[in-house]
Amino acid sequence: MFINFFYLLKREGVPVSITEWMTLMEALSKGMAASSLTSFYYLARAILVKSETNFDKYDLAFSKYFQGIETPAQISDQVLNWLENSLPPLDMNIDLEERLKYQLENLDLNELKKTFEERLKEQKAEHHGGSKWVGTGGTSPFGHSGYHPGGIRVGGASLRRSAVKVAGERKYYEFRGDETLGVRQFEVALRKLRQFTTRLEGPKDLLDLDTTISETCNNAGKLKLVWTRPSKNSVKVILLMDSGGSMGPYYRLCNQLFTAVNKTTQFKSMEIYYFHNCVYDQLYLTPTCRQSESIKTEEFLRTHNSDHKLIFVGDATMAPSELTEVNGIIDWGMTNDEPGLTWLERLAHHFPHNVWLNPVAETYWESSSSYTIQLIKKVFPMFELTVDGLEQAVKKLKVRQ
Amino acid sequence: MTTNFSRFEGTEDYIVSEDLRNSVNVAVALSKPLLLKGEPGTGKTLLAQSIAKALGLQLIIWNIKSTTKAQDGLYVYDTVQRLYDTQFGNKDVSDIKQYIKLGKLGEAFTSEQQVVLLIDEIDKADLEFPNDLLWELDVMNFHIPETSETITAKNRPIVIITSNAEKELPDPFLRRCIFHYISFPEADMMEQIIKVHYPDLENTLLNEALKAFYWIRSQHNLHKKPSTSELLDWVQALSAGGISPDHIYQELPFLGTLLKKNQDFDTILRRVHNRGTGENQQTGTRIFRNW
Repeated sequence: MFINFFYLLKREGVPVSITEWMTLMEALSKGMAASSLTSFYYLARAILVKSETNFDKYDLAFSKYFQGIETPAQISDQVLNWLENSLPPLDMNIDLEERLKYQLENLDLNELKKTFEERLKEQKAEHHGGSKWVGTGGTSPFGHSGYHPGGIRVGGASLRRSAVKVAGERKYYEFRGDETLGVRQFEVALRKLRQFTTRLEGPKDLLDLDTTISETCNNAGKLKLVWTRPSKNSVKVILLMDSGGSMGPYYRLCNQLFTAVNKTTQFKSMEIYYFHNCVYDQLYLTPTCRQSESIKTEEFLRTHNSDHKLIFVGDATMAPSELTEVNGIIDWGMTNDEPGLTWLERLAHHFPHNVWLNPVAETYWESSSSYTIQLIKKVFPMFELTVDGLEQAVKKLKVRQ
Repeated sequence: MTTNFSRFEGTEDYIVSEDLRNSVNVAVALSKPLLLKGEPGTGKTLLAQSIAKALGLQLIIWNIKSTTKAQDGLYVYDTVQRLYDTQFGNKDVSDIKQYIKLGKLGEAFTSEQQVVLLIDEIDKADLEFPNDLLWELDVMNFHIPETSETITAKNRPIVIITSNAEKELPDPFLRRCIFHYISFPEADMMEQIIKVHYPDLENTLLNEALKAFYWIRSQHNLHKKPSTSELLDWVQALSAGGISPDHIYQELPFLGTLLKKNQDFDTILRRVHNRGTGENQQTGTRIFRNW
């Protein structure tokens, strides 16, 4: 039953599984759709779709499969604009109702759709209140806020729910994500970065079973409880993020990593600093890279000992002079006494556990325009900012460079 | 249509939309957990209470915290108490049963009557938490090795799970749930909700308050948008404070009930001011950086 709908959903990118499909079949066999398309729409959505980001894809698949309304008659923005200036909802009276009842009895959905397409082609301007054109109010079958027992609602809010076209509304469009990488996947990858130790401060609230047994035996069988501190992750992480303009396209990706890192409460300490293209004598505390919110890199090196793990996030793409020359810094009116590369080498030397995550796909790293990527790659082990890349980076972080 | 379908219709103090009602009834009929997601303050937690009330069932709430383990919901074996009891010998410690304390899930399973079990804010817990509960929620039983007892649900509880989307939930867990996303109520739905809570409210005050409320929500860059529960508090404050409806949209009195963050407060006040002088609402907030 509807097996093609299942494949259509998969094609549209809704992650449906056999388990969920069987659940839907069970629900249908119990008669839960109540032989109504609207009920079926909600039923199937509740069972098959597990994230609001997929609601829009579901709506698309649904309208393709059951109505086919979207392919031929694309409702253009212009038509929707006409409908924005609406008349007040139509008041019903007996006379009108009688007339419409007649129309309902002679209704054919295919006919209606065909007429709708024709109207869309013909109509050149706004119409409100009539009975033919796409508009608001009135008794035309097309538009909204009007009344037609079997009409097609276009935009607006439903006042008299007579049309089963909920799917066509695509209400959930803005939730659509199309993200291949999730925050969760990043989190799972980051979890592997841990080193347990019990030599930390904190309350002793874990029963040390082995010592308790031997102490109790030494105590001639009288119970003596020994408590210990729970083992905790001792990993300290420093994240240095490029917040320069060329990072714009990767904003979303970096944001996900950032969220994942922030949510991961397992590290002993976690600090984030920012830079613009390359690190010089200052690190910034906020992504806006303002002078007033910065820390001297020397000071930073003094206050952070070498057991921190250093993660760079940046596209490593800039003018070569920004890396190799004195005063090559991109920011106008600022100077640097030492080339950027010297600073990077200093950081790499100070923190033996280091990696560079690059949102630029690895295939571009070797191209001639990526000269600076190749330079930086000699200083830091570089990985792609993907889940796989992050996993490899985490492995690398566990060993000294 | 079977007899046990379409049982839940909402209660007089909880307005439920058509699709939400459908989802609840599907979950009940299929005995699957219902996962609710949505903005804070859209009434996710209240729904469980409303279901329990409408169906006349007892409600068991399991509040999840960041430290909650799946095991806590099943049972806790109080070994330390037992060890201490052996020392003083005034209890029969061979009966391990008395040291097994059932958690919320265990409680729901052993209840003589069907109950509604609310697992509140599941995303607060550790990443693996939902996976640890897969089996228990699927087959509705668990084993206690200490007493070699198996606790099986006498009546499958109606399980409602809420999530604020702080963490993504694992796929195997999602596959077993019925999912519903509660979208933020539109103005007319909101009006009904307020009227349910404050039936005597003046219409003009309500309209002005709603107008102001949706204006605030439509503003960009808010750290936390005000939600239904905050609107309810605000309306109550407005009505108790005897504020004249004409001033609400202009002056936004008692703004503190709606906005909980300092930055948001400043943003809104600045924009209210700009609105008055007809300036552009979006000036000077973004710093543009060079490539």
